[in-house]
Amino acid sequence: MLQNEIAISVQGLKKSYKNIPVLTGVDFQVKAGSIFALLGSNGAGKTTIVKILTTLLKQDEGSAFVNNFDIASNPGNVRQSISLTGQFAAVDEVLTGRENLVMIAKLRHLSNPHQVADDLLKRLGLTDAADRRASTYSGGMRRRLDIAMSLVGKPQLIFLDEPTTGLDPEARIEVWKIVKELAGNGTTVFLTTQYLEEAEQLADRIAIVHKGRIIVSGTLAELKKLFPPAKVEYIEKQPTLEEIFLAIIGKKEEN
Amino acid sequence: METIKNYFFRDMGVMLGRSMRHILRSMDTIITVTITPIAMMLLFVYVFGGAIQTDMDNYVNYLLPGILLIAIATGISYTAYRLFIDMQQGILERFHSMPIARSTVLWGHVLTSLVSNAISVVVIILVALIMGFRSSADILSWVAVAGILALFTLALTWIAVIAGLSAKSVDGASAFSYPIIFLPFISSAFVPTESMPAPVRAFAENQPVTSIVETIRALLSNQPVGNEIWVALAWCIGIMLVAYIFAMRAYKKRG
Ligand SMILES: Nc1ncnc2c1ncn2[C@@H]1O[C@H](COP(=O)(O)OP(=O)(O)OP(=O)(O)O)[C@@H](O)[C@H]1O
Ligand SMILES: [Mg+2]
Repeated sequence: MLQNEIAISVQGLKKSYKNIPVLTGVDFQVKAGSIFALLGSNGAGKTTIVKILTTLLKQDEGSAFVNNFDIASNPGNVRQSISLTGQFAAVDEVLTGRENLVMIAKLRHLSNPHQVADDLLKRLGLTDAADRRASTYSGGMRRRLDIAMSLVGKPQLIFLDEPTTGLDPEARIEVWKIVKELAGNGTTVFLTTQYLEEAEQLADRIAIVHKGRIIVSGTLAELKKLFPPAKVEYIEKQPTLEEIFLAIIGKKEEN
Repeated sequence: METIKNYFFRDMGVMLGRSMRHILRSMDTIITVTITPIAMMLLFVYVFGGAIQTDMDNYVNYLLPGILLIAIATGISYTAYRLFIDMQQGILERFHSMPIARSTVLWGHVLTSLVSNAISVVVIILVALIMGFRSSADILSWVAVAGILALFTLALTWIAVIAGLSAKSVDGASAFSYPIIFLPFISSAFVPTESMPAPVRAFAENQPVTSIVETIRALLSNQPVGNEIWVALAWCIGIMLVAYIFAMRAYKKRG
């Protein structure tokens, strides 16, 4: 896979629910094999962007290409090349962890669904709970199963909508490890988060979405440069992403 | 898209397997679905039956077709329930972001409805046999009975799909079935329509349940079915088509 290949390319994306504009012109690009974090507070439009890119929702205006397929004219091919872990765990609670994975493997038409399920259970530390119903899982286990279901079939691009919301710090670090491993193996990861620290920890590139627009995007280093360092020189402290975020939002608000 | 078509039936099989597991793991639903019709059968045969005059000497034989329809009307409310729960859990969103035909999810539920209702129908017929139900019908007539019951189930199932997709709460998802469960009471299912006051009788004789009940009753007792079977088939197929169109429309709107 070429390093400079583009996995996601979005231009002028707009979306309103009824008459309320939610996305008012979103543009960004995600390099193949990288981790891209979309950062934003509640109601910023993160889930809406994810749903449009995963073909669950149609945009009103603008265009987007996912793995070089137009989401509007070629949703079938898009679905073939991605997987989604939505904001709220999408596991079948009545089935066991193993059955959930086998089901997805069958729906992806893999030749050895049981082997695939075994491997993923082991990889995500669910082997002991494999034959218990998912309804008995803790929040962290459910999330890991949810992510495991998205890894079935090794899609090139994985969408994770707030993968660590509601998890305790330990479970969060678990998920971070999985995400880093994925990227290490060449999978493109698109994740959304409300946690600045998470974006800092994981992402190659970060975009901040605010009121339906990407107000800034770049690498962590680039974002840090945007912050006026003058008044903090003698303190010798790097600005945290949180400060950058608040500063930028403050600036936008003034305009 | 070609591959999606090729896999349609295989995917539907996976979906059917999934919801059959749901049913087998909650055997109480089968009991709930069959217990009320069985209780009614006991009540009508052993309490009211003596006072009801029909043209058959065996009242169980007279009653059974109506009881079966009540059981199916109860059963389909669980189809609406299961569909509603799927949407709540977000698993539908996962399926929709995968490269499978969207309608497989619905057809999975519809097939499951057919299978689970067939199970309840068999259970009730077994109980009726113990209570003295006897039939002189030949294999062909039994096949015809099974076919009509299947059509009736399908017609009601598509109504259940509309309810499940558009409900706002669990109770709302199953409430639609109450009037349907009530229909057999204002038909020839329990008493001959001749005993009813004129306006009620006019309704009873022209609503779908009467023609279906009369047809099944005739088939089971080896009597000529006459025109009733065509009326019954027209009702079932008509309701099925209309409900199917609205269900698909509701499904497109959701997803
Ligand atoms: N189906 C809908 N109908 C109407 N408005 C909606 C719908 N879905 C989302 N919205 C609105 O669109 C806006 C953006 O929602 P979205 O879910 O994309 O935000 P988010 O960034 O994912 O937020 P969160 O961090 O809370 O998940 C919100 O104001 C929300 O109320
Ligand atoms: Mg969200």
